[in-house]
Formats: sequence, C-alpha cells, structure tokens
Amino acid sequence: MNKPSSAGAPPRRAIDIVNASLKRRYARERRFRLIGLTAVVMGLLFVALLFADIIGKGHTAFQQTYIQLPLTFDAGLIDPKGTRDPETLRSANYNALIRAALRDVYPDVTERRDIRALGSMFSVGAPSQLRDRILANPDLIGTTQEVWLLADDDIDMLIKGYIDRDLPESERRVKDRTVEWVERLEAEGRIEKRFNTIFFTHGTSREPELAGIAGALMGTFYTLVLTLLLSFPIGVGAAVYLEEFAPRNRWTDLIEVNINNLAAVPSVIFGLLGLAVFIGLFGVPRSTPLVASLVLSLMTLPIMIIASRAALKSVPPSIREAALGVGASPLQTQFHHVLPLAMPGMLTGAIIGMAHALGETAPLLMIGMIAFIVDIPSGFTDAATVLPVQIFLWADSPERAFVERTSAAIMVLLAFLILMNLAAVLLRRRFERRW
Amino acid sequence: MSTTVEAMGQRVGAMSAAELSSRPDSRATVGDVTVANPRMVCREVDVWYGSKQAIKGVSLDIGKNEVVSMIGPSGCGKSTFLRCLNRMNDTIDGCRVEGSIQLDGQDIYDKGLDPVPLRAQVGMVFQKPNPFPKSIYENVAYGPRIHGLTNNKAELDALVEASLRKAGLWNEVKDRLDQPGTGLSGGQQQRLCIARTIAVSPEVILMDEPCSALDPIATAIVEELIDELRANYSIAIVTHSMQQAARVSQRTAYFHMGDLIEVGETNEIFTNPRHKLTEDYITGRFG
Repeated sequence: MNKPSSAGAPPRRAIDIVNASLKRRYARERRFRLIGLTAVVMGLLFVALLFADIIGKGHTAFQQTYIQLPLTFDAGLIDPKGTRDPETLRSANYNALIRAALRDVYPDVTERRDIRALGSMFSVGAPSQLRDRILANPDLIGTTQEVWLLADDDIDMLIKGYIDRDLPESERRVKDRTVEWVERLEAEGRIEKRFNTIFFTHGTSREPELAGIAGALMGTFYTLVLTLLLSFPIGVGAAVYLEEFAPRNRWTDLIEVNINNLAAVPSVIFGLLGLAVFIGLFGVPRSTPLVASLVLSLMTLPIMIIASRAALKSVPPSIREAALGVGASPLQTQFHHVLPLAMPGMLTGAIIGMAHALGETAPLLMIGMIAFIVDIPSGFTDAATVLPVQIFLWADSPERAFVERTSAAIMVLLAFLILMNLAAVLLRRRFERRW
Repeated sequence: MSTTVEAMGQRVGAMSAAELSSRPDSRATVGDVTVANPRMVCREVDVWYGSKQAIKGVSLDIGKNEVVSMIGPSGCGKSTFLRCLNRMNDTIDGCRVEGSIQLDGQDIYDKGLDPVPLRAQVGMVFQKPNPFPKSIYENVAYGPRIHGLTNNKAELDALVEASLRKAGLWNEVKDRLDQPGTGLSGGQQQRLCIARTIAVSPEVILMDEPCSALDPIATAIVEELIDELRANYSIAIVTHSMQQAARVSQRTAYFHMGDLIEVGETNEIFTNPRHKLTEDYITGRFG
C-alpha cells in the first residue's frame, strides 16, 4: 500500500479502461454496419433500376398490333384453275387479296401513292399469313372472312404510343393520312393488340414485327447442352486428378497457376483461339453450336475446375481415411465417397459456369455467330446464333420496334439466368451434408 | 536380418536400473521390444515429414492376441508410428518411411506390396469417429462389399449383424439400420467405426485415440469392447489417457520426441518405470 503509484492516483482497473473504449468500439461497429447496409441497398437499387428499365421498355414487345380486314378469298386470284393444288396455292399472289380488300374498305383512296401507303400499314408478312390459312384450310377459297392481319412495325409503334401523334408530320415516321386511317380503324374497333406469339416461334427477321427469338433460343440450347457435356466431365476429371492424385511438384504448380490465369483471360481471346484452331485448323463449321460450345467449353473449364477443386477440398479428409482404412482403393475412395459428397458443389460450379456461358457474347462474335440467320437451327452443325448475340444484333438495328424487342430478349435471357442460379442454390441446399 | 537389433533390445533390457539412472538422457529403448509370438515386427523405423524426422529408429513387436498401448506427450510420434503400420502415411505428401515393418514375415513397405489388401488386414479406427454419411448398414457393409467377402445378400446381412454385435452396437441400432450413421451419438459412431473395421476381418486393429472424443460412459463401453476383441485380434492403441492404457493393454510403449523410450508389461511400466523420462511422464511431471 505504501508503494507510491507512478501518477499518484489510484491504479485504474482494467474494467474502467474497457468501459472507456466501449463507446468508441460500438460506434465503429455501427458505422461498419451502416456502410455495409448502404452498399447492399445501393446494389439492390441498381438492380431494381435495371429491371425497371428493361421491363418498362420491353413489356410491350409481348404484344403485337393486328388490323382487322373483311377479306374475300377470291378464287380467281388464288386458284384460277380450281385444282386446289398446294403448289398453286403456295405461289398465289396474296398481296393482291389485301389490296382488293383495301379498295373495298377505302374506296375514296385512289392515288397510287396513297394506295401504296395504305398497303404498307400491313406487315410484309401479312400475305404469308393468309397463305398459311389457305393451305391449312382450302375450303376458305371463295368466301369472305373478317381476318386479323399483322400490322407493320410503324403502325405497331404508333398504337403503342412510341410515335408521338402531336409531332409535326415531317418529324414523324407515320404520315398524317396514315394516322387518320389508323384512327378510323381504331374507332371501328378494327385494331387490336394481341399476345405476340411470333416473338417466341420465329427466327430473327429484318422486319421487327416478324422477328422472334426462337432461333437464338434453340441455338443457345444446343450450345449450352454441348458445352455442359464437354466441360463438365473434363472439368471434374481434371479437378479430381489434380486434387487427389497428382503429385505436388513444379509441374502441377505450373498447371494450377495456368488454370487460375485462364479463368481471368478476356473471353474475346478464346474467340480468336477458336477461330484460329477450331475453324482454321480443324475445319469445324463456323457459326454453329458445335464450334460455339467448343469455345465456351474452353472458357468455362477453368471456372469448373476451380469450383470442383474447392468442392473436393471441402470433403473432410476423415472420409478419405475411413475409406482407405477399410481397404478401398484410391479410385474407389473417390467414386464411392468423395465424389458423391463433392457433387453438389461441383454441380453448383457447373451451373454458374453455364450461366457464364449463357451470357457470353464476345468470343462468339469471333466465330461467326453474328451472322444473320433466320432459320431455327435443328442440330449442332446448323448455322445458328445465340441469345446474347441476338440482343447485340437487335440493339444495333435502327428500327424503333427493335428497341422493345431487344429489351424483351434481355428479359428472356435474365429469366434463364435467374432460373439457373436458382437451380444452383436449390441443389446446394438439397444435397448439403453436415459432418 | 534383425538378430543384431533384437540382441540390442535384449541387451538394453538386461541393463540394470543403476546403469540406466547413470545415463538418464539415453534415447535407446529400455525394455524388451520383442514378444514370443509376434504378428507385426518393426525394426529401426524412421519417418520423415519432409526434412523433419518424426520417428527415430523405433523397433517394436505387436504380438498375437495382445493389446499394445502407445503413450507419450503430444507430438511424440506415436500416431505417426501407428499410421505406418497400415501405410496410412502414404496419403501424406512428403512423408518418408525407412526401416522394416513386417506383417507375418512380409515387409509391408516392399515395393511390390499393394497397400489395399494390407489395409484390409490391418484395420484402423480413427481419433474422431468418421462414419460414412450413409446408412448404418452401408457403413458396415461397405468393406465386405468392395472386397467381395460375401456371396449374397443373406451372407452380407449376417456379417453386418455379427460385426455390429461384436462392436456391441447391434441392440441399439438393429431397428434403424437404414438411418444415417452420422445421426448416432459420438460413442455409437465410434463403435460403428469399430464394427466397420472388424467387418473386413482384419488381423490387426490400429486405434488412434479412439476414445478422445467420447464421454466416460462411452469410453467404458469401447474399452470393454477392446478387451473382448483381444481374443481374436492384435490391437495397437494410441492413447493420451494413462489410465486407459493401464486398463486395456498388456504391454505399453512410451514415446518421447520421436524415440521409443521404454517398452514393457503395462503394470511394470506404471508401477516401476525404468527410464527417467517414463517416470516423469507417468508421474505427471510433464506431458
């Protein structure tokens, strides 16, 4: 007691020091939590903004304007000989039917220029629409029907309000008299917006109202299936070998570094590699799902190997020891015990790799996927395009109607991405094991 | 080959207590490392992890129907030595084993020897219960199945039941064989691992601190089990508990810093240790 303390004051207890600093510590904690929360909110805000923008722009693409017209399927124009020969029916001039119908509805329009303007209210696909109807039911020949015909994209835009009717005529794609006709049709209830099935059943087209994503969807489907078939077995095999069997030496270190580097290589490089090696050297047909999946496999392999190795690492060594301890061979240990436990993690990695491949555009531009392909591909070696490239192409098109279609295609792509990520989460949750 | 080594072991064993206490830091093994009817014979075993030597010239026999316990402070190399006996150390990178380890006269580190059948003969129970995340039945049936020990389902069923009975677990799990082995309690899991080990009919069972994760009641059950298993198997057990070593083993080996310091009858070691280090350890002066 009589030993003097250095400052003369009674020695401070540890708890006093703790209490003094407590307030500051809590403040720091609150600040950190606030920063984190802000970051999350910002992130969500931007995602919400993105979705709002895309959905706001794209939702109208799911509807398409149709115009009703009383139309006589004139036997003299379609099938003058009355043979009902499908070849004749196919090659008949259906445009003339529309023109005749228009003459009946608008007898006051006589000037050539106006007649052409009247006709251009309808899509260039309208005649083939009529042809398909006749081919499906030749009995219609000679009758008069109220038919709904596909409107031209300008009319569609006008109806959807993307073309301002109050603008002076010279600044507007649709002329005053066309607006007049459209308004009359509207008043008569001859204009209707219907669900846009063409968007889901057609390939792309120069005409927005005839353009669909079916071709790109099928191309994406074939490409992804083949990518998965190529990269998953190779990726898992490589991961198992590197993680479980390969000796640790300079070579495996080099391989590991290279795999990690490959995961960070800009994807356009893979496209150039695919162009040089797969197309140039091996003669794989370009612009096909086959070559696309080869390139995308190269790109997803590192992701898949890294994810699979992480999954293998997370299997506790005690399981391997247990299997080896009862006399399982190293391969049996892998296939009976380690792989089943690592599989959910590997599948998650595979799905994330696939989602990556789904959204990839740059390398595919290099291997000809940017070609304008109208036909829906029906195999791995058909010329095709994929969704992100389709979006890229449409975003580049000048027609106003492609803006909404671009957004709609993005919505479809995002929907698939969300589905795949959801599948990854569900898989992880379903097969998660605890030790 | 090992006549000189054996002679040495006997020579050390023949040393008087006075001789020993005069050189208390001697690391030569005190006591007789040999037994009359050995199952495994280890001579001058060295183990390196990279450049670090973990085991230094250890010689030890494991006899038929006996329990040998290995004790010593943490990091003394007793687990490393145990894992040499079924080549479990092969899975560790940079681990090198030298010297001779024989099972029934066959060198297990022979180049041509396959570790897979060896591990079927020398089973292992690990420190932490590690049942497969599969059903109880599958846990026990896995070994016999991969080795093709049974011809049909009925035989396999019988073998699973017999193994679980030997491990003293049958009555507790017979109604839920299809439930995951990981759902059992710690003590039950460890007995399941013992059942899994004996299902492949090994000749030697290695146990690496099998009770360190168990409560006293489960420990008592496992110890009883070890005593019963002695009738059919040779058992080497690593333990941190000197009481456990005293209860279950006939011979005890004391390891210190990679050296085998003293071997002897268990009651001899605990009542009358001859080496200073052994004495210090069992009297609790360190460890």
